[in-house]
Amino acid sequence: MFILIPGFIMDKKDIRLRETKSQELIRRLKYNRSATFGLIIVVILILCAIFANYLAPNNPMPSPPELFNALKPGFWSQKGIKGMPLGTDALGRCVLSRILFGARVSLSAGFVAVGIAMILGITFGTVAGYYGGWIDAVIMRIVDIMFAFPALLLAIVIVTVLGHGLGKAMIAIGIVYTPQMARIIRSAVLYIKEMEFIEVQKAIGSSDWRIIFYHILPNSIAPVIVYGTLMLASAILDCAALGFLGLGAQPPTPEWGAMLSKSYSYIVSGTWWAATFPGIAILFSVLGLNLLGDGLRDILDPRLKT
Amino acid sequence: MKWYIAKRLLMLIPVLIGVSILSFSLIHLAPGDPAVTIAGEHASVQTINTIRERYGLDKPVTTQYWIWLNKVLHSDLGRSIVSNESVAKEILDRFPNTFELTMFSMFFAIVIGCIAGIISASRQYSIIDYSFMGFALFGVSMPVFWLGIMLMMVFGVFLKWFPISGRISMMISFQQITGFYLLDSLITGNFEAFFSSLRHLILPSIALATIPMATIARITRSSMLEVLRQDFIRTERAKGLSERMVIYKHAVRNAMIPVVTVIGLNFGLLLAGAILTETVFSWPGIGRYIVNAVNMRDYPAVQGCILFFAFMFVIVNLITDIIYVYIDPRIHYG
Repeated sequence: MFILIPGFIMDKKDIRLRETKSQELIRRLKYNRSATFGLIIVVILILCAIFANYLAPNNPMPSPPELFNALKPGFWSQKGIKGMPLGTDALGRCVLSRILFGARVSLSAGFVAVGIAMILGITFGTVAGYYGGWIDAVIMRIVDIMFAFPALLLAIVIVTVLGHGLGKAMIAIGIVYTPQMARIIRSAVLYIKEMEFIEVQKAIGSSDWRIIFYHILPNSIAPVIVYGTLMLASAILDCAALGFLGLGAQPPTPEWGAMLSKSYSYIVSGTWWAATFPGIAILFSVLGLNLLGDGLRDILDPRLKT
Repeated sequence: MKWYIAKRLLMLIPVLIGVSILSFSLIHLAPGDPAVTIAGEHASVQTINTIRERYGLDKPVTTQYWIWLNKVLHSDLGRSIVSNESVAKEILDRFPNTFELTMFSMFFAIVIGCIAGIISASRQYSIIDYSFMGFALFGVSMPVFWLGIMLMMVFGVFLKWFPISGRISMMISFQQITGFYLLDSLITGNFEAFFSSLRHLILPSIALATIPMATIARITRSSMLEVLRQDFIRTERAKGLSERMVIYKHAVRNAMIPVVTVIGLNFGLLLAGAILTETVFSWPGIGRYIVNAVNMRDYPAVQGCILFFAFMFVIVNLITDIIYVYIDPRIHYG
């Protein structure tokens, strides 16, 4: 490695060594082909979500429903309607438009759920890891109990208590992912807490609050980003699952899982499109986020590589 | 070893107490008066009072919990609000179906997942490796309910190879002994029933198996690659052992340790996946039961199912931990 001495004349190659952390991240992401692919999918997804009202050819939930258009095929068939490239569902709504608006619903649901999990998980995990003792013991026992349930089951339990609906499903998934986040943060905090620079901070009399917010949390950001991305993938999947079971988003919200549950009974009559495309949307969003998360993990924390 | 198992069993107690408190409080956490929740919003005052008395809801919460726990320990999970049947009986009736489904899927997942992982690792960077891992990548991102629908559509509706829903053809009647369809039909020698229930089992198990299969394939591959890089493998090869012997006799055995952990962890996913798969295929198991119970706000049934699922999950984790110690003698647990 080079050692940069101020005042030295450097050529361009040396200047590259002074790139910021985020620049380094982007450069290394470019070399990781699957992560780049994941990133592209995620960016497309985000763009679809933001510009859904410009991209969608039709109104995703016309009222009253245009029943005369019900279950019409898309561009591959002569019987299709112009302007509805992926066909229509049982209520005559454009499948493509609903998928595009569904990106908005699913992505925001995922972000809210992961946001809740991060806020709660970082709080509990930091407190448990930093203070240790009985606080740690109590928090970790609660985490153990929550781990005694499969994630989707716990989400169903919470939705039973809170009631059905997209908002409540987001909260439920957020709570379900909290213990995972708390454990990850706790182990990161335990590791950083023992390092010398924290000892220095304690010696110069920094408050706990200052040590946690200015020194421990910024240094444990890597696992948060990696697992946050992977969690976003599972949050979207679980949110769609709850929607599919009728416990999440309620009709007429264009949510991918709910779209599937409303249209899969029609496949018996050969109407395959309304149940196929929303699933492909879920598959690719989850795939993209998983690829990106795996790539970020390889870059940010090579020790975690499996 | 004995001490480890004993310690591990003792550690279960706080978890199980926590699980029981959580499922007990379910009905009290739901907004509103529990008696009204059970009776329905439009019930008369008299009905509500009767229910309050019958479920002991007029007593202090701690007393209620003890009464409830005592009943649960005597395998009385209360009565379903919808069917007025014993919840314990309803769960036990459905358990064999869920068990057959999950075991069949796990079997698929372990066999195919391990083989794919081993082949991928022994031919790293080949086309086979890339295509297997590509499939595995799609597999872990697959929404299991959508995969179920797609399988149903392709193999059930278009190709008509397999039936699309239910546990067995309605035309066939046969005697039930244990509740396990495959086992019962074999015992009674009713092969028509056996093949019918087997055909009904195929599509749901494939759907349910996909995610664990993909995870197992990926972990087997990476674990195999790690083992193959070690010195003793080089020694085996230097000794002139055939590649086949090196891989199947020496590498695989050492690579299986992390795989067992992943298999254990995947049982939880499988139980969650069973909820979705059973809903798609109208499979008469516990997963569909709990979804119906939640939709009907049948609280005793939901409580019972949660307890049952959590209990199963905890037991599976325990077994995994014990197997883990058993197969990896390098690790000593105090």
